[in-house]
Amino acid sequence: MNRELYGKLVFELSRPGRRGYRLPQSHISSSDLVGSKGEKAPEIPSVLLRRQQLSLPECDELTVVRHYNNMSTNNFGVDTGFYPLGSCTMKYNPKINEEVASHAGFASAHPATPGYASQGRLRLYRTLERALSEIGGMAEFTLNPFAGAHGELTGLMVIRAYHDSRGDKRRRKVIVPDSAHGTNPASAAVAGLEVVEVKSLPDGTVDVEALRPLLDDTVAAMMMTNPNTLGIFEHSIPEIARMVHDAGGLMYYDGANLNPMLGMARPGDMGFDVMHINLHKTFSTPHGGGGPGSGPVGVRAGLECFLPSPRVVEHADGTLDLEYSHEALGSISATLGNFAVQARALAYILSLGSDGLMEAGSLATLNANYVKEALKGDYLLPVEGLCKHEFVFDGLSDKSTGVTTLHVAKRLLDHGYHAPTIYFPLLFHESLMIEPTETESKETLDEFVAVMRDIAREARETPDIVLSAPHNTPVTHPDDTEAALNPHVTFDMC
Amino acid sequence: MFWLPTSQFYYMHRYFPHTEAEIREMLAACGLSELRELYGDVPAELLLAKPYDLPAQMSDDEVRKAFDAFAEQNIPVKACFAGGGFYDHYVPAAVKSLIGRSEFLTAYTPYQPEISQGTLQYIFEYQTMMSRLTGLEISNASMYDGSTATAEAMMMAVAVGRKRRRVLVSATLDPAVRRVVDTYARYHGVEVETVTEAGGVTDLLHLDRLLAAYDDIAGVVLPQPNRYGIVEDLSGIADKVHARKALLILNCIAADLATLRTPGEWGADIACGDAQSLGIPLSFGGPYLGYLCAAKSLMRKMPGRIVGATADAGGRRSFVLTLQAREQHIRRDKATSNICSNQGLMTLYVSIYMSLLGSEGLREVAWRGHQTALYLLQEMTGSGRCRMAYPDKPFLNEFLLEMDADVDLDLFVRRCIEDEKILPGIRIDGNRLLMACTEMQTKEDVDRLVNVFRNL
Amino acid sequence: MIKFSETHEYVRVDGEYGYIGISDYAQKQLGNVVYVDMPEEGDELEAGEDFGAIESVKAASDLIAPVSGEVVEVNTALESDPRAVNRDPMANWIVKIRLSDPSQLDSLMSQEEYEGYCKK
Repeated sequence: MNRELYGKLVFELSRPGRRGYRLPQSHISSSDLVGSKGEKAPEIPSVLLRRQQLSLPECDELTVVRHYNNMSTNNFGVDTGFYPLGSCTMKYNPKINEEVASHAGFASAHPATPGYASQGRLRLYRTLERALSEIGGMAEFTLNPFAGAHGELTGLMVIRAYHDSRGDKRRRKVIVPDSAHGTNPASAAVAGLEVVEVKSLPDGTVDVEALRPLLDDTVAAMMMTNPNTLGIFEHSIPEIARMVHDAGGLMYYDGANLNPMLGMARPGDMGFDVMHINLHKTFSTPHGGGGPGSGPVGVRAGLECFLPSPRVVEHADGTLDLEYSHEALGSISATLGNFAVQARALAYILSLGSDGLMEAGSLATLNANYVKEALKGDYLLPVEGLCKHEFVFDGLSDKSTGVTTLHVAKRLLDHGYHAPTIYFPLLFHESLMIEPTETESKETLDEFVAVMRDIAREARETPDIVLSAPHNTPVTHPDDTEAALNPHVTFDMC
Repeated sequence: MFWLPTSQFYYMHRYFPHTEAEIREMLAACGLSELRELYGDVPAELLLAKPYDLPAQMSDDEVRKAFDAFAEQNIPVKACFAGGGFYDHYVPAAVKSLIGRSEFLTAYTPYQPEISQGTLQYIFEYQTMMSRLTGLEISNASMYDGSTATAEAMMMAVAVGRKRRRVLVSATLDPAVRRVVDTYARYHGVEVETVTEAGGVTDLLHLDRLLAAYDDIAGVVLPQPNRYGIVEDLSGIADKVHARKALLILNCIAADLATLRTPGEWGADIACGDAQSLGIPLSFGGPYLGYLCAAKSLMRKMPGRIVGATADAGGRRSFVLTLQAREQHIRRDKATSNICSNQGLMTLYVSIYMSLLGSEGLREVAWRGHQTALYLLQEMTGSGRCRMAYPDKPFLNEFLLEMDADVDLDLFVRRCIEDEKILPGIRIDGNRLLMACTEMQTKEDVDRLVNVFRNL
Repeated sequence: MIKFSETHEYVRVDGEYGYIGISDYAQKQLGNVVYVDMPEEGDELEAGEDFGAIESVKAASDLIAPVSGEVVEVNTALESDPRAVNRDPMANWIVKIRLSDPSQLDSLMSQEEYEGYCKK
């Protein structure tokens, strides 16, 4: 890319008088607005109008197209290369997903279109809802939550609504493993719940004995991912679910790590009562640079009435409708959620089909174990044994080189890979979390393994090249301390 | 693995690259011989006993046909006079084309700035445009939608107000947004008091009384334009709110701010709402984009991602996620919000749309919607069977009609949809219809709509 | 007299007043401080409760009051120069309070005890 020409901000490309649009014409002229006996609107008083001049770019269409096209080449996506970002399930995003998301039957539909004119869209919602219920082992899903964290919040609200409906208002404690995602405690806090952490055993799974004393009549729920953030299956899950249920609490499944369970096991069968699914992870809707996502929430039988309004319900004659109920926890969205994301997820489920879905989880797990076994000498594997879709190294095995996880991550960028997730989970000082996903080929994994070994060798032999990485990226070492000390968050602050 | 009963070929799914030989080889490298052994640590009673009860895999063409079949069950609408915060706007073809760049589409949150400058730069440009649009100094990288952005603004006011946990909300705020605000408030332990409406706008006398009655008000939430399309006069309100040490939060329709007095000019501390009106397809409710802008002093209390400009080792301008210590992955239960995403791709829609239209384009869009709305109002009321619900109140492109008692509004809506493929508006409480116009509806669309009304 | 808490805050006592900041050990753990979220004058601090936060680029830590008291002054110099905490954490205290219960000091660690605590 020619940085001089195309490395500018769009504001710097603006020239007064240029324009990049023409609006369609309505064919209403001022003569149509006189002489009728109908009502006239009052003039808008000038006090209600904008005074400050609005400065937006003035550009022709090609200038805008080149600007954004060139900008995109400074980005790395799944379509660019291997993206082993742990906990994010960066699998291939099939092209048919995009095609159906902009289908003419959906893209221009207003959310206030009456139900009788929207039966196909409601049927799509319902079809995905039923498919997720089958895969999750739940009675019903709401697709309304906009993202995983929004799903967590919704799920915790379901749990509070359930306890409150029983007059059990003391239950405000949510138990979370110390390896949990940061969103778990944050969502609990937003939902007005209090977080208590339970310790993990050295093998990374929940310490059942440490859990026992926490279970009293103030427990609202236990939140878990399974497999957990180390990629390890919580083998005590039936016992944990029994204990939490005996104490009157509910089990919440954080669906961040659902991918390896595809075709193998269902959260509902493990004893979970409420769960969310990240459609942008497990069901391959693109991540879009951070969003939009979608975080449907499923519940076991008996909890459906607490799901947020509106709910899509099916009448006896097979027609579908929206329902707002008083039992519901309330509304968490103005609409039925990110409909175009839901459409993508359904396209993925139909593309894979029952047979493809049955294979996806075990292939993801195969890829992860293959990479783990190949690298565990050069990198420190704190927990031995089978992993599921991902695993965590505690940095390089050789701690004498001065090369940290951050350096390894930056050096990977030089080789055309996205970095793994780093410094999470918080259980280890040098966490390096790798999730290959099922859509990566053996030769991609072999090449990645070779590069990771090369980096380990460089760390011993020529550490400077790793310590000073990256070298070949569009920018190197942006100063984030300065960015936080003196934040310039708009062009006008620069 | 699956063997098709009719052929004896091992059947690989097109998304999975593994050959049978590779699977064997990879398993052997792990000291295993069968895929099932990878789940040897899962209690046997938890393992799925049978395949999912779902259809078998489909080709792209079969998926396409399945979606065509869904679409056929809808009644297509060609002209949309429904608004309520979401509008059918013209979007240049370049927007959709650029959105499809897979480097944008298939990237994750820009955690590695060295290979995410594309995402970071367009978010930075978006933040700048939104700051200029709202007249406030800072913007975050976006929220899910307008309703959740408003709920987050409320929680932000409560966080700033420390022990203050009461928020006043005007009755003229869109009810769908209000429902979400109420839900967040109930679970988060915030008291919401309604400021009543008078003549279609916020009752300023009631607002004064509430401001005087409570010492623990953290914020006041007002809409602009309001749920009836009316542009409210907010003169003097900011001073009164600030005198009570509360924050003024304005929920605004983003596109209208090119024309209407800005939240900054009204003296607001926070502006929030939906930015669907800036180039995002209607898509039956989402994905949309919630925007959140604020005064600079509130920067550390902002929820969500924020992108900042800095320099790299070579002195080149570069962008990073900044002020991350506010966020859930560091602060956990002390974070300013649980949100851990931004609507990246939707901010790209908005950035490209605003780059193409510029401020002149946005003003033209508003003016054209206003013109068509004037014509629609004139023609509808000319029938003598309906009238403006609040005739003395100004509006931009959306207004509320009160029907005569003998008008069957549901029948009118159904006839418009079924006979003319027109969605005439949104029916709200009682026999009232909220109608909106943009540059997308023609004189002919209006005339057909009015014709249905006259012949009802 | 100077005393330390297990959460790495210190209180330097000067008559009826106490100056509260974070220890040298704590600033090293945090790295480059970019922001200090401080209470307001007149706020009441309660021993063991958080009264603000201190942020570096990629970490943040709650400030926990080692003793109770009313805030009589906040170190506003930290608003424009938060990195002063890294340069000299003992000189660059965060808040000055009027101690409401000096007996609370007895449960805190001396300099020597604290140094031993950090080595554990």
